[in-house]
Amino acid sequence: MPQEAGTLDSQQKTTSRRPAGTLYRGNTGMWSWVLHRITGVAIFFFLLVHILDTALVRVSPEAYNAVIGQYQTPIMGLGEVALVGAIVFHAFNGVRIILIDFWNAKYQRVLFYVVIGLWVVTMLGFVPRHLINVFSH
Amino acid sequence: MTSTIQAPRSPHTRSTKKSGVNWEKWGWIYMRVSGVVLVVLIFGHLFVNLMIGEGVSALNFAFVAGKLTNPFWMTWDIIMLWLALIHGGNGMRTLVNDYATSRMSRGILKIAILVSVVALIVLGTLVVFTFDPCPAGAPADLVASFCKSL
Repeated sequence: MPQEAGTLDSQQKTTSRRPAGTLYRGNTGMWSWVLHRITGVAIFFFLLVHILDTALVRVSPEAYNAVIGQYQTPIMGLGEVALVGAIVFHAFNGVRIILIDFWNAKYQRVLFYVVIGLWVVTMLGFVPRHLINVFSH
Repeated sequence: MTSTIQAPRSPHTRSTKKSGVNWEKWGWIYMRVSGVVLVVLIFGHLFVNLMIGEGVSALNFAFVAGKLTNPFWMTWDIIMLWLALIHGGNGMRTLVNDYATSRMSRGILKIAILVSVVALIVLGTLVVFTFDPCPAGAPADLVASFCKSL
């Protein structure tokens, strides 16, 4: 629906000659796209490391336990909060992208706030429990 | 260097008539299909490993041994491994196409992505299928309790 993008509210409000408020430029559309890329790269590099550290189960129990012990330190515990935050955003925003592609692009803005809302709820469920597990051991 | 910039929103046209598979289209579809499956697989993975019981503090060799001797979790992990690495590799390829400006840097970076993805898929698959939960000579307190009965 490329031509219908001209009916988006933000574009109608634009009085300057600068192009703004298209689906992917400016505001929620652009920032969700930026965050999707940044979280995607971060998750990819973690995935590379995570497969290598898990592969240590094939070396020896001692080698695996030494590395997994690093994941249980306070600093890495905070890193896991960032990692899960990145994964949860990427997951929910990915579903948002699919809905924009296959359902209706005009809901992209409200869907972005749905993503943020679900992210907050998910993190409220995860972070306290995870921090208790990290800091009480 | 001059290049022609097409009018915005003009439809994609192929410069040369090439018959065959539209790989970019299938890549686009793959990202969406694998993405939906990965949401389920990774949320399940995070819930079981970080939320149940004592979470990250309970992870050790014996915990992994319990999962990697269970066909359910072996299947889960193998599907997650393949889907996630190909999804991530294809995403990184998109970024390289967008941000690497020379043909040479794009080539080098995409080969590096391909090599990493293939190597880790092979490594991860071998680990899951050749895993020994009770390695000979391992201390009894480090391996799973079911090793005692062997």
